[in-house]
Amino acid sequence: MPGGQPSGARRPLDLRKRTRAGESVIQLLLRVAGAVSVLTTVGIVVVLIYDAFVFFRRPEPTFLEFFTGTAWQPQILRFGIFPLINATLLTSVIGMTVALPIGLMIAIFLSEYASPRARAILKPVLEVLAGIPTVVYGFFALGFMTPLLKNLFGKDTVEIFNVASAGIVIGILIIPLISSMSEDALSAVPRALREAAYGMGATRLETAVRVVLPAAISGIAAAIIVATSRAVGETMVVAIAAGAGPRNFGDWGQAVGGLNFLNPFKAAETMTGHIVRISGGDLSYDTIDYDSIFAIAFMLFIITLILNIISQWIVRRFREEY
Amino acid sequence: MSISLAVSSSSSIESPQARIAVESRNLRVFYGKFMAVRDINLQVEECKITALIGPSGCGKSTVLRAFNRMNDLVPVARTEGEILFQGKNIYDPDVDAVEVRRRVGMVFQKPNPFPKSIYENIAWGARINGFKGDMDQLVEESLRGAALWDEVKDKLKQSGYSLSGGQQQRLCIARTIAVKPDIILMDEPCSALDPIATLRIEELMRELVNQYTIIIVTHNMQQAARVADYTAFFMVDDTRTGYLVEYGRSDQIFMRPKDKRTEDYITGRFG
Repeated sequence: MPGGQPSGARRPLDLRKRTRAGESVIQLLLRVAGAVSVLTTVGIVVVLIYDAFVFFRRPEPTFLEFFTGTAWQPQILRFGIFPLINATLLTSVIGMTVALPIGLMIAIFLSEYASPRARAILKPVLEVLAGIPTVVYGFFALGFMTPLLKNLFGKDTVEIFNVASAGIVIGILIIPLISSMSEDALSAVPRALREAAYGMGATRLETAVRVVLPAAISGIAAAIIVATSRAVGETMVVAIAAGAGPRNFGDWGQAVGGLNFLNPFKAAETMTGHIVRISGGDLSYDTIDYDSIFAIAFMLFIITLILNIISQWIVRRFREEY
Repeated sequence: MSISLAVSSSSSIESPQARIAVESRNLRVFYGKFMAVRDINLQVEECKITALIGPSGCGKSTVLRAFNRMNDLVPVARTEGEILFQGKNIYDPDVDAVEVRRRVGMVFQKPNPFPKSIYENIAWGARINGFKGDMDQLVEESLRGAALWDEVKDKLKQSGYSLSGGQQQRLCIARTIAVKPDIILMDEPCSALDPIATLRIEELMRELVNQYTIIIVTHNMQQAARVADYTAFFMVDDTRTGYLVEYGRSDQIFMRPKDKRTEDYITGRFG
């Protein structure tokens, strides 16, 4: 400083609070944005609960029958949710069985094995796969997967509409979701951990599967949660390819006997599939059909909620924090 | 080039009966087209501590990582010359880098325990190396070897990350000796630690050297002078390529450096 004088001495000091307009406007905007997402969720849940309540207040559907009945036949006022839940779980489990191993393998390949060039090609391809409209997947199931299954397992075993075809295609549809989220989680594992493993004489596979994968498990679990919720909620594919009516049973003996409820080659209607089919036509307000879709939707919500809670618990139990 | 030729005479160990653990011959490492180090000739004596010192960017870490083929993990890295480990060039095409690393272990700059329990941190490497014996015993042995046993024996099931930085680094050393390597490479193992933790690691190194050959990269000249039997001084030229300036017994390097550049560096005139 010339003259050895502190610069502050030459500038008048003013430390009074100032109003910064831009700052407060942005803050307000961000708060509103945050509130909107919370309020929307709350609003949806409230509507679901309220309308489900309306459904159960009617004389026909009893609570007991809803949970223990083995047939969903609104025409004759039978409302057992089991066939719908069963179909949803079947397609989702089949879908996850396809998507989880393939998606994880792709993720491990991308993050641990692929050269930068291979990654530069594969990632965009996966993103394209994720961008295909689900209606296309639906007809892919009906027009390609079902004939394929018929050829493999026999024309008489496999029905035109069947759970397996829809489930497998749901699996294909969520592969990009699992692989890209898991790849992010794997890539986020510090390089230092990989070096530690390699430095002790670990092979690539040992490093990937026994160090990187466990370290990324919470991110991968998040991917699985999102993917499962997506599989459970997937609508278009099941509406097109899984079946156009619930797989009803006379009683529990019929359902469980010969594991009929698990047969993947027969048609079944999922919760989402049923909702979209009956609400697609001239469904009028204040009918029992109308109210029933809220009860189904509420159950769907409960299922994804339970899945979320379980997986959160698993993540907390097995997390390896670095 | 003339510089490196002048140096090669000082890069071998004087005493004739000394046993050589590992030796580099005309080692060059490239990252793409860039030559990171050139013409490194270094004989490392068995069961001694050899320190690699020099200013930032002089390639001392690159040389260290050449000794267990860690540079292979960098896709663009390429190595020329030879590294003779028990007479075998580890860069020969028929050599498996994984097997090299099982014999030449490594401790890193920042403590990097696995996000697993203390016990698992030790057992992991042994297990992938096909260890079939008594794991509890190996874990205790290794932790004792790394002077950590008394501090952790009651909490072996806790995460390795629950330890302090210095303890974590000793855990990493324990994990390395559990694999029973011949050589331990240490890449600035104390740079993330406080002075007391540093001192403990240095004491530990002096104990370990009875059984292991240790090569350590350090930016701390006092540390090299304190712990190392031999010291190699590296520098970097105008093209940012690192080279070996002088190599010899630590007392000679620090008390009577032969090269003017070594003297300038250790007296703090640059770097």
